[in-house]
Amino acid sequence: MTFWLLLSVNSITFGALLFLLAAGFSLIFGLMRIPNLTHGSLFMLGAYFGATFVNGMLGAYFDFWLAALMAAALVAVFGAVIERFLLRQLPGQPLAQVLVTLGISFMVADLCLMAWGGDPIAVATPPGLTGFVRIGPMVFPLYRIAVIGIAIVVGVALWLLLDRTRIGAMIRAGVDDPDMARVVGIRVSGLFTMVFALGAALAAFAGIIGGPILTVYPGIDQYMLPLALVVVILGGSGSLLGSVVGSMVIGFLYNFGQALFPELAYFVLFLPMLLVLLLRPQGLFGRFIP
Amino acid sequence: MTARLAVFIIAIMALVTLPQWMHGVYYVNVASQILFYAVFALGLNVLAGYAGLVSLGHAGLFGISAYATGYMLNLGYSHSVAIATALSIGMVSMAIYAVLSLRATGIGFIMITLALGEIVWGLAYRWISITGGDNGINLHGRPEPFGIALTSPNAFYYAALIVFLIALAVMTVFVRSPLGAALMGTRDQPRRMTALGYHVWLIRFFACMLSGLLTSIAGILFVYYNQFISPQALDLTASAEVLLMVISGGAGTLLGPIVGSTLVVVVKSVVSGYIERWNFLLGAIFVAIVILMPEGLVPGTVRLWRAAFARRRPGPVVEATEKAS
Repeated sequence: MTFWLLLSVNSITFGALLFLLAAGFSLIFGLMRIPNLTHGSLFMLGAYFGATFVNGMLGAYFDFWLAALMAAALVAVFGAVIERFLLRQLPGQPLAQVLVTLGISFMVADLCLMAWGGDPIAVATPPGLTGFVRIGPMVFPLYRIAVIGIAIVVGVALWLLLDRTRIGAMIRAGVDDPDMARVVGIRVSGLFTMVFALGAALAAFAGIIGGPILTVYPGIDQYMLPLALVVVILGGSGSLLGSVVGSMVIGFLYNFGQALFPELAYFVLFLPMLLVLLLRPQGLFGRFIP
Repeated sequence: MTARLAVFIIAIMALVTLPQWMHGVYYVNVASQILFYAVFALGLNVLAGYAGLVSLGHAGLFGISAYATGYMLNLGYSHSVAIATALSIGMVSMAIYAVLSLRATGIGFIMITLALGEIVWGLAYRWISITGGDNGINLHGRPEPFGIALTSPNAFYYAALIVFLIALAVMTVFVRSPLGAALMGTRDQPRRMTALGYHVWLIRFFACMLSGLLTSIAGILFVYYNQFISPQALDLTASAEVLLMVISGGAGTLLGPIVGSTLVVVVKSVVSGYIERWNFLLGAIFVAIVILMPEGLVPGTVRLWRAAFARRRPGPVVEATEKAS
């Protein structure tokens, strides 16, 4: 019983991390129709930047949360630069945009390997959250519970942004029908940069938040990217609710799969994706077929 | 046409005599690698070039055949049984890939093939009882078709050359066949092709199967060449590398993938001797080609060549009109 509960908490935690990663991926894909293959790299960059700040590699030790915000801001700027100076050069050529993002992800991976070496780096758990929570006979790591809380806060904030503000209405209009949104005077191209930067910041934030659990190592970009991809295929692109449901499904499948059939864990993950593709190609909550 | 024929004959002669004029086992081995990667790239080109369906999961298919060969050989089966099994498993996997990914075109196709490729990678990496996990599978020995042992680099080179030439011939025939024309039709005008009564899905499925066949053959050559297969040969980088071969040379041309595989293999084997950062260079080449020469090296050069050739022609025409006036 304890085993299953602990596994469930781990699943929700992993799902929460995936949600932070996939929400941005889904928005970028929904609005710009680009599967941003640098998304795993942005996650990794966030984690490495965070580790650098928190572990005092620059000589100064930063507070975990301050480091998380700094890493997210840095990566957001990086994302905006990619969007403005590279993707903007290739309007209406999704294939070229995919290839460029893929090329950038290789360059980032190699630069990270050069800068931080091949050994995994653990990000120190923030000091207040190192303990455990006792609920009846069970003990849960406090940090994992905190990650779930953070994801809920970010999710609600994103929902408020998308559903209750003018900018959010513009983004939704852009996702539903970019051409019509342009016609009614929404600057869709400005939105592109903003959403790309927001998605990059979220991915980087997920990277550093996940740092104390997953550690950071070369290859984590290619490890996380397909997971984000599956979440979006499952949930439907451009849908926040889809990201939430997709992330949770994948979080559970991944952890339970690893516990029950370790050799086929990766395969189990993709089964629901195949089912969704066959039965509902636009994803559970998606509005269009990519 | 005669000039083209002459170039073709010279190229074939050069390839056949390569071990004589290119001294050193290392260079013959690089040439063998170029040949089987060219077969792989020709296979991907059927989809990415002629069908307009870009796959980012082809290294998975390539790996499935390679693993199947290694696994069967290690179970003690003969080379011919192993190769036949690997080809059939490769084709069945391609059929599954095709049924799933042909639900979509364009970006959707890329995403689904990417995810499928990652599944195969995950299986290779984790299904340790079959694949040996990170340690991979070691092979012992190469086949001996018609009693000729392929153990020496030269013999293997000639085997790869024969396979490559057959693959190239098949592609040449395919591209000029009605089926090839129909495939290009589904790439450019799928709706019109449907209206004309073509079964677009079925034509694309055939293209997938041809692509899968060439890919499987390349995978088998790869595993016999290296005598080793590990998950690294299946990852996203590997899929991207072969896509780079197709796109850098020129997708949708016969020669493009061959030029591209030559470029990538040579840069990889030569450059990686000097610098460690091969992946960075790969990414940079990718970005540069997409932005600067999106149509690829072969069509790009042809375009420049034609532009230079066409500029010379108007000369006499202008003279003639001047004389007439």
